[in-house]
Formats: sequence, structure tokens, C-alpha cells
Amino acid sequence: MSARFVTTKVLGSLATLAFVVVFNFFLFRVIATDPVANLFRGRNLTQEQRDTLIAEFGLGGSMLDQFWAYLKQTLSLNFGRSYITNEPVMSEIAEKAPATIALVGVSAVLSAVIGIAIGIVAAWRRRTKTDYAATMLTMTTYSMPDFWLGMLLLSVFGVSLGWFPIGGLEDPSSDATGIAHLGDQARHMFLPALTLTVAYLGEYALVMRSALLDTMREDYLVLARAKGLRDVVVRNRHAVPNALLPVITLAAINFGLVLSGAIAVEAIFSWPGLGFASYEAIHGPDLPMLQGLFLVFSASVILFNLFADFLYAALDPRVRDQ
Amino acid sequence: MSTVALPSGRRIAWQRRRRALSAAWRDFRHDRAGMAGLVMLSLFVAMALAAPLLADEAGLRAVNATANEPWATPSEFSPLGTDSIGRSVWTQLVWGSRISLLVGLAATLIAILTGTVVGIAAGFYGHHIGGVLMRVTEWFLVIPFLPLAIALAAVLGPSIGNIILVIGITSWPSTARLVRSQVLTLKERLYVDRSRALGATDAHLMGRHILPNVSGLILANTTLTVPVAILSETVLAFLGLGDPTNPSWGKMLEEAFQQGALTEQAWWYYLPPGICIVLVVMAFVLIGHALEEILDPRLRERRAS
Repeated sequence: MSARFVTTKVLGSLATLAFVVVFNFFLFRVIATDPVANLFRGRNLTQEQRDTLIAEFGLGGSMLDQFWAYLKQTLSLNFGRSYITNEPVMSEIAEKAPATIALVGVSAVLSAVIGIAIGIVAAWRRRTKTDYAATMLTMTTYSMPDFWLGMLLLSVFGVSLGWFPIGGLEDPSSDATGIAHLGDQARHMFLPALTLTVAYLGEYALVMRSALLDTMREDYLVLARAKGLRDVVVRNRHAVPNALLPVITLAAINFGLVLSGAIAVEAIFSWPGLGFASYEAIHGPDLPMLQGLFLVFSASVILFNLFADFLYAALDPRVRDQ
Repeated sequence: MSTVALPSGRRIAWQRRRRALSAAWRDFRHDRAGMAGLVMLSLFVAMALAAPLLADEAGLRAVNATANEPWATPSEFSPLGTDSIGRSVWTQLVWGSRISLLVGLAATLIAILTGTVVGIAAGFYGHHIGGVLMRVTEWFLVIPFLPLAIALAAVLGPSIGNIILVIGITSWPSTARLVRSQVLTLKERLYVDRSRALGATDAHLMGRHILPNVSGLILANTTLTVPVAILSETVLAFLGLGDPTNPSWGKMLEEAFQQGALTEQAWWYYLPPGICIVLVVMAFVLIGHALEEILDPRLRERRAS
């Protein structure tokens, strides 16, 4: 990777991040009517306290002064206090992030692996019953609201059959430690992770299938067969690695989708992460929290896109040497 | 001296377009999946239009339902049972179809109009204007949709107009990018140069030469944007950002969840709206893919081969 490629990509991401920060300002301070009241709604304040808070959050003065104050706060990661818990928004987010990272991480990896596998099988056996079944599956999961799938899984495996707990991070009454504790958390994570995995594997399957179908027309596959290589070797060594490239770009897009999907799915399963926090913030309504969550979600998606750009370049010499 | 009445240019163009349309319809009729989608969609549109005949709107309000049994299973009294306060699920389902379809279509209209205008302008005016427009489009593409929509909807407040607006302004960038890439190749065509040499203004070139040639693409893209908009409305409504006075299918799912339909095992409350969403979304996707294959020459060749 050339230094120029890295610089361009990093600067591009920073510009996007700057756009998000400015956009956030407009959203919560300009479009929102009376941001002062919004930030401190639901609390009885004396005029004196009010003035101190206005000064603290830089909500007084001209728009330009306010913007400057907002920039300084945002860069020091100060998004104000949640008015549900009255804790600083940033520490709330830091406390809840691990649960979401675990859930989204596991689901994103599983949906990619399973989706790619389905796509490979469907393309390799194109126009057979397997292919049509795979297409039906991807169509159905695409058409389904992800949280509704979560509701179905919860009602069948949680409520009716009782195989899995119906919500939360762990069993509050259990005092298990070590492996048993992790096992309990894994059991709690199973249904939400299954929901997100099934909801997002369809797109991987679809893109992998069409990428592999394109690759299957290449001359080097004819050569590989002519050399007498076994079908499995032709598939796994010659066709699949080349077809995987477009799927990597999709991983970047899908990361944002899985993260978004986690919002409603966490609400269904009371999974105590950032998604559930968003759900509670909407019902507050807790605007400082929503604002912080919006910035954190956007920043993580931008970061992931940058990572995918680098990964793509590392794998594809045509991009790398541009 | 007698003159032969020659058809005007406009008339010729009109006839040509009508021929193209009927040819496209002929192709579409042979696409089984596309036709299945169209039939499914027609049924739901009929349901939305005939809502007053199918169920009394007054049944949506809690005060009119208190006499009914709560969590009644599907019976002759109410074809789909009742919710926790005794309202008929069937009534909610029928009237919800109006809101879900309306929001999906109206938000798509905003998204497609914005996307088309931005896309054509970005493609037509290369360097500076185009560059800036594309930069903004890329920004909107990167910002994750749902957090953005939540932030917007929370700031604007829950009303049906705001939901439409929020989904509209978060869904246009992919259309803009698609249209732009098409315009970039179109504007290099000879007939555009010829028209420009004859003194055509930019507005004329964009309106008369570029737009008609991207309209097929836009039509296919529209049919594929509606399902995304419907799913977006569903999740926003579920998260509590829907219009409380105009319940949609998504709002029904929210109420089912909030009222504890899952622990009550009241499947008649949370299954029907979900199934309706899946079917409507699938209908639009099937129609959209069929249109794409018919209207996009690149895909048509692939299908033939």
C-alpha cells in the first residue's frame, strides 16, 4: 500500500467524521427547537442553575459561539449528561459498549461465514433445488424486519419451549463464576445473535453467489479442470478466493447494518448494550444520550469502512497499486 | 397547394415511448416471479383502498373496545382475535395497511426525486458541482441509516409527515449514485453533442435527452426503494417513533411487544402484521427485480446467455 493511498483514505474518513460532527450540531442545536429546554427537560432548575448549565454546555451566545463551544466539547468527548440516569453520556456509552461489541461481533462474523458458504453452494449448484432453496431463504430473510424475526424466535425458543432465557445479559440470581458464568452469558446471547445472524446472512449469500457465477466463466477455471483437478480443489483454491473480493466490501456495509439491526433486536431481548440504550433514550426522550449514540454509531461505521478499504487494498493488487 | 400532415416530433416521441412501454409490459407478463409480486401487491392495495368496507375505523380507539374480551383468540366475533385492551386485530391490520403503504410510497417519492435531481446534476456538471454533490452523497451513504433516522425522528417528533420526511431524506443517496453513473455515460453520446451544437440549453438536455434515458433505471430503482422504506417505517415505529394516531403494521408490532403478546402467547397479534410486511416487501422486490432485468440491457443479455 502506498503512503498516498493510506493518506487519501484516512483524510477521506476524517472529512466524513467532520461532516457527521457538523451535521450533529445542526440536528440537535439548530433544527431542534429550544435545545436548552431539550437538554434539561424534566428537571426542576432554578434560573441560577440553568444559567450555569447553559454556560457549561455553551448554549448561550451566537450560533458561531455555540458551534465553537460544541466543537470543543465533542472533541473532549463530553456529550452532556443523560437525563434518565444523570450520568455523563460518555461513561454510559463506555459501560454499555462491550455487550454490543460482543453481540454485533459474533453476529457479523457468523452471518458472513454462513452467508458466504450458502452463496458458494448455491452458485456451484446453480439452477438446482439447492440453489432455489437458497434464493428463497435469502429473499425471505431480506423481507423480514429483523426484530420481528427476534420476536418469533423469542416466542418459540424462549417462551414456548423454554430452551433459552427470554432476555438480559445473565441470570441475576445465579452466582456462578468463571466458565459457568460465561456459559450463562452465552446462553443469553444465543437468541439475539441467532436473530442478527439469520437476518443478515442473506446479502452475503446473494453477493457471493453472483460473484462466484461471474468467476466461474473465467478461462483459468477451464484450465484448472483440464489439469484434472478435483472439483473441490477447483472450487476452493481457484474460484472462491477470487470471488471473495466483492464480499469484503459488503462486510463494511453490513457492519453498519448489523449495528443498526442490533438496536431493535437488543430491545426485544433486553440485551443491555448500546441498542437497548437507544431504545430507552427514545422513550425518555433523552436527547443528550441520543446525540452521543448517534456520534458513536457513525464513528464506528466510518472506522470500519476505513478498515475495509485497507483490507481490500491489501488483498487486491489492482487497488493497491492505483 | 396541399400539404401532407406530418406527425410532429413530439407525437413521434410519444408513440415511440408507448411502444417501448407495451414491449416492456409484454416482457413483464412473461416473468412469473414479477407477475406473482404484482398480484400480491394488488391484493394489499385493494385491502388498503377497501379498508372502510372491511373494518370500522372506530374500532381502533380503545374507548370503543373496552366491552370486548381482552386477548380473545381468533373467533367469529373477530377474525384475528383482540389485543390486551380488546381491540380487534383485524381492524388494526386493515387500517395499518394504509399507513404502511402510504409511508413507503411517499418516502420513496421524496427519496427518488432527491436522488434523481442530485444524480443528474452530479453527472451532468462534472468537476466542481458534481464533485461536491458526490462528496455529500458519499457522506450520507456512510452514516448508518437507523441511528441517523432515530436522531432525526427524535428531534422532529412523531408524526406521519415527519416519518415520511425522515425516511425520504435518509434513503436518496443510493439512487443518486446509480443515476449519476448512468448520466456520466449518457452525456458523452453523440445525440447530446448534436443537440448542444444546435443550441440546446442545459435544462433542455437534461430534461429531454438525459432524463428519458434514465427513467427505466429510475423506475426499477423506485420499486426496490419502496420495500426498504416500508421496512424502515416498521423499525422506526417499533422503536416508538411512529405516529401514535395513525397505527401502521410496525406500530402494531410495537404495541404487541409492549402489551406482552409474547408472554401471553398471543400469536394472533404479532404474526399477522409481520407476515403482511414480509409479503408486501417481497412483492415489491419481485416486481423490482423483474423490471431491472427487463429495463437494464446488461442484465437482459446475461439472462439470455
